[in-house]
Amino acid sequence: MSEPAFRTTDLTKTYGEGDGAVHALRGVDLEIPAGEVVVLLGPSGSGKSTLLNILGGLDRASTGEALYKGQDITAMTDRQLTRYRRAHVGFVFQFYNLMPSLTARENVELVTEIADDPMAADEALHLVGLNERIDHFPAQLSGGEQQRVAIARAVAKQPQVLFCDEPTGALDSTTGRKVLKVLTEVNAKLGTTVLIVTHAAATADLAHRVIHFADGRIRDVITNKTRKTAEEIHW
Amino acid sequence: MSPLTHKLLRDLWRMKGQAIAIGLVIAMGVMLQVMMSGLVTTLEGTRDAYYDRYRLTDVFAPVTRAPAHLVASLGQIDGVARVQDRVVGAALVDIPDRAAPVQAQAVSLPADGAAALNATYLSAGRMPDPARPDEILLVEGFAKAHGLAPGDTLVATLNGTRRALSIAGLAQSPEFLYIAAPGEMVPDDSRFGVIWMGRDAMAALFDMGGAFNEALFALTREANKPAVLAEIDRILDPYGGRGAYGVEDQYSNQFVSEEIRGLKGSSNTVPPLFLAVAAFLLYIVIGRMVQSEREEIGLLKAFGYTNAEVGAHYLKLVLIIATGGALLGCLLGIAGGRGMVQLYLQYFKFPFLLFRLDPASFAIGVMASILAASGGGLLVLRRVFALTPADAMHPPAPADYSRSGRIGQGIANLLDQPSRMVLRRITRQPVRMAGAMIGIACGMALSGSMLSTFIAFEDTLDTTFTVIDRSDLTISFAGPVQRAALHEIATREGVWQIEPVRFVPAILRNGRHTHRGSIQGQPTDASLSRAIDTNKQAIPMREDGLILSTTLAAKLEIRAGDTVTVEVRDGRRPTLALPVAAIADSFFGTPAFIELGALNRALKEPGRVTGAYLRIDPGKRDEITQWLKGLPMVAGVSIKAEAETAFRKVMNEGAGSSRYVMGVLAFVITYGIVYNAARIAHAERARDLASLRVLGFTKGEAAFVLLGELAVITLVALPIGTLLGHGLSQLIMAAFSTDIYTITLGFEPSAYGNAALVVLSAALVSGLLVKRDLDRADLISALKTRE
Repeated sequence: MSEPAFRTTDLTKTYGEGDGAVHALRGVDLEIPAGEVVVLLGPSGSGKSTLLNILGGLDRASTGEALYKGQDITAMTDRQLTRYRRAHVGFVFQFYNLMPSLTARENVELVTEIADDPMAADEALHLVGLNERIDHFPAQLSGGEQQRVAIARAVAKQPQVLFCDEPTGALDSTTGRKVLKVLTEVNAKLGTTVLIVTHAAATADLAHRVIHFADGRIRDVITNKTRKTAEEIHW
Repeated sequence: MSPLTHKLLRDLWRMKGQAIAIGLVIAMGVMLQVMMSGLVTTLEGTRDAYYDRYRLTDVFAPVTRAPAHLVASLGQIDGVARVQDRVVGAALVDIPDRAAPVQAQAVSLPADGAAALNATYLSAGRMPDPARPDEILLVEGFAKAHGLAPGDTLVATLNGTRRALSIAGLAQSPEFLYIAAPGEMVPDDSRFGVIWMGRDAMAALFDMGGAFNEALFALTREANKPAVLAEIDRILDPYGGRGAYGVEDQYSNQFVSEEIRGLKGSSNTVPPLFLAVAAFLLYIVIGRMVQSEREEIGLLKAFGYTNAEVGAHYLKLVLIIATGGALLGCLLGIAGGRGMVQLYLQYFKFPFLLFRLDPASFAIGVMASILAASGGGLLVLRRVFALTPADAMHPPAPADYSRSGRIGQGIANLLDQPSRMVLRRITRQPVRMAGAMIGIACGMALSGSMLSTFIAFEDTLDTTFTVIDRSDLTISFAGPVQRAALHEIATREGVWQIEPVRFVPAILRNGRHTHRGSIQGQPTDASLSRAIDTNKQAIPMREDGLILSTTLAAKLEIRAGDTVTVEVRDGRRPTLALPVAAIADSFFGTPAFIELGALNRALKEPGRVTGAYLRIDPGKRDEITQWLKGLPMVAGVSIKAEAETAFRKVMNEGAGSSRYVMGVLAFVITYGIVYNAARIAHAERARDLASLRVLGFTKGEAAFVLLGELAVITLVALPIGTLLGHGLSQLIMAAFSTDIYTITLGFEPSAYGNAALVVLSAALVSGLLVKRDLDRADLISALKTRE
């Protein structure tokens, strides 16, 4: 087995202090192999998004260690974290977070411009099935289309890891399936490690590995012997 | 073009209304700075070049009659580079279509051609032919006012002789840069003229054969001026020397220099205040604008953009707005400055104009805007950068309203939910609200203080022409005459009241402070020309001492009870030590009053007067002035109505006109501030308001939450703005005042009432604009997306 993409040791995250302190992560030990689709499941506040943010370099851990290919993310300076996000990881958010003042293509170009070895913006949009309407502004696109632009934006830089926080959370099930299909295709075609945080338990069926979160800890990790395709899952 | 550049341009387009409002606020600040400093630089530069090129004299020495051979000994005085003698005298010019005689000054041209000092600038025609004694040069402004041109003939009475004079050319001179009739403060081209004629002709008319009555001096660079003046006085004294004086005390130069000094004062005070207010607002507004972009900043950081890249992007945005505004301000300032200079040219008779702008004012204006904008932007960016991208991308955690909620519980129970939202937001974010409130208060202060200034100018004119001077006509005699001579005038039909006055040229000294002017003797109970106290009550003339105007007392640094030394420059020329009996409010000039009888006793010239104030039947004004014109002893008649009109004209078109520009700028700034406050409040609350709509609140109810906040802030800002404005108006008044005129100001409720209306109307318009956007908000997208 190759080197894991991520390995964490006793990772904790506490917001606030004293009585009002919220323990989002209470000691997480975890290994995520490179090239897998990993689904993080759990109720609200169980810590899955916090873990995603820490691994993605968007937030800092309170204690513990998180290694990306042997490098400790928790020890990185702001500058190194910026470099890390720029070079290695892509993000897809629940609410797409497109720049409203940029067209679909320009939103993708926003990332390809600063990436080391990006694919062409049009190619990324093609990959997510958007061939038309690429010169439209976000307000002119449907939710599913917006999310596909967001995915194109995330994969265009050819990241090693794709972080998806509730990528289907704001979508109906048909559109959601299309988005999940795009994500699994990116994994299959480009070998990108894909981490998906979701409420939707059915999503677990298309993962290589499913991590259940509860109360800031990992409850269990399940490896799927067989995976379903995006078309086969229902929620 | 990079996508960030696209974003920049589209963001600018999206926020164009706000960007324009911010840009205008700073543009107004910069405009005033550039305009006023350009005006000062231009006027100073032109004045200095004019004086230099046409060799304005350093020292003037008037004398009754001195023999020509004295010129050589005057030239020997240590520190004198050059001396030139001449003959000057008063003239009365007949203007056929005018009832009142028009006063003029006659000045001799050097016999040998070009004047070494006080040269004339020939603007039309040619120099008079020395062989033809009837040829003259006429001052240009006077000629234009009466439609006279070279070749025309003018009838004038000089020293009792009536002569028909032929106008050879039109001229200007640096010693007549500012020309007003004697006893008047304000120039009026039509009512006072200057005539230059050949030396021989002048000598013949004024009985100055082989003699002169004024000497002009150019001094060396290292000359000791007081010593030179003393030496000149010593030499001329036996011949009736009336006191040599430096160019700083010369009538025209004093006016021009005081005017420029006043302008400089207001240009050093008012524009920096406007600019500071504009810069402060820029700082606040840009800060809040960047704050509302917090989530996009977080997103850019999540993609791996560095702080420097994100910072540069937003800095570009704010700098485009700030420098755009500053550059617009520079352009408007240049245009405004050029316009103002044209106004000044009506009063300052420059033959040429070297238009200059002060590059420092550009730099100051642009730098202030850039610093304020980038300061406001960077401060907020630093705060946002301190957050992790994950935090920045989320909307800020709901503010903790628990504390304020408890404090206001008693009141809150009386209010419905939307009102509680308004109240709690204001009490919970006091710093942010205070920033917005102070911004609006500053706008109110600028508008209020400028409106106060308008009222103060009006008040000052009103007091001067109805309370202090209650006459209809002022007549002046060629020299001191017996009071009995007034009887003929007093008994003339249509003359209701006549009051004698005697002006005596004098030098007033207190320690090292000197004032060269005159003292005026009036009857104890003078009622046509009065000294008044701060309550506008008449102060009776005193026999035991002088009543000094506030300006003069300030200049001499003297108080009531102190003693002032008065060197009379007329008659026996005694030196008197007189106590200061009282201080009188005066707005124009620097008068010093004393009881007429006491003055005459001190001079040992009982019963003498030099002029009189008249109250007459208004229906007979033309008839009476026509008649006065024919009286041999009358040298000049001034009609108060004309003087007042001339003064108002100067106040509204000349020196005082900058107040209108400032007033307009104040309004624009006020509108810009209020509009921005509304716009930003909207940006900060857009999502909350959409949520309210989703919950079933009507458009009006949702708008209430936003506009209620704006209304509360605006209402709180009004009294604070009034206080700030009152302080500001005192500064502005002090800056507008000069030695020549003083504008005083009390608290003007109506000014602040009107300023409040300006603020409220701005709030109403801004509120409506914001509400229109609110009504258009797409609820589905507000719910579905977070942008």
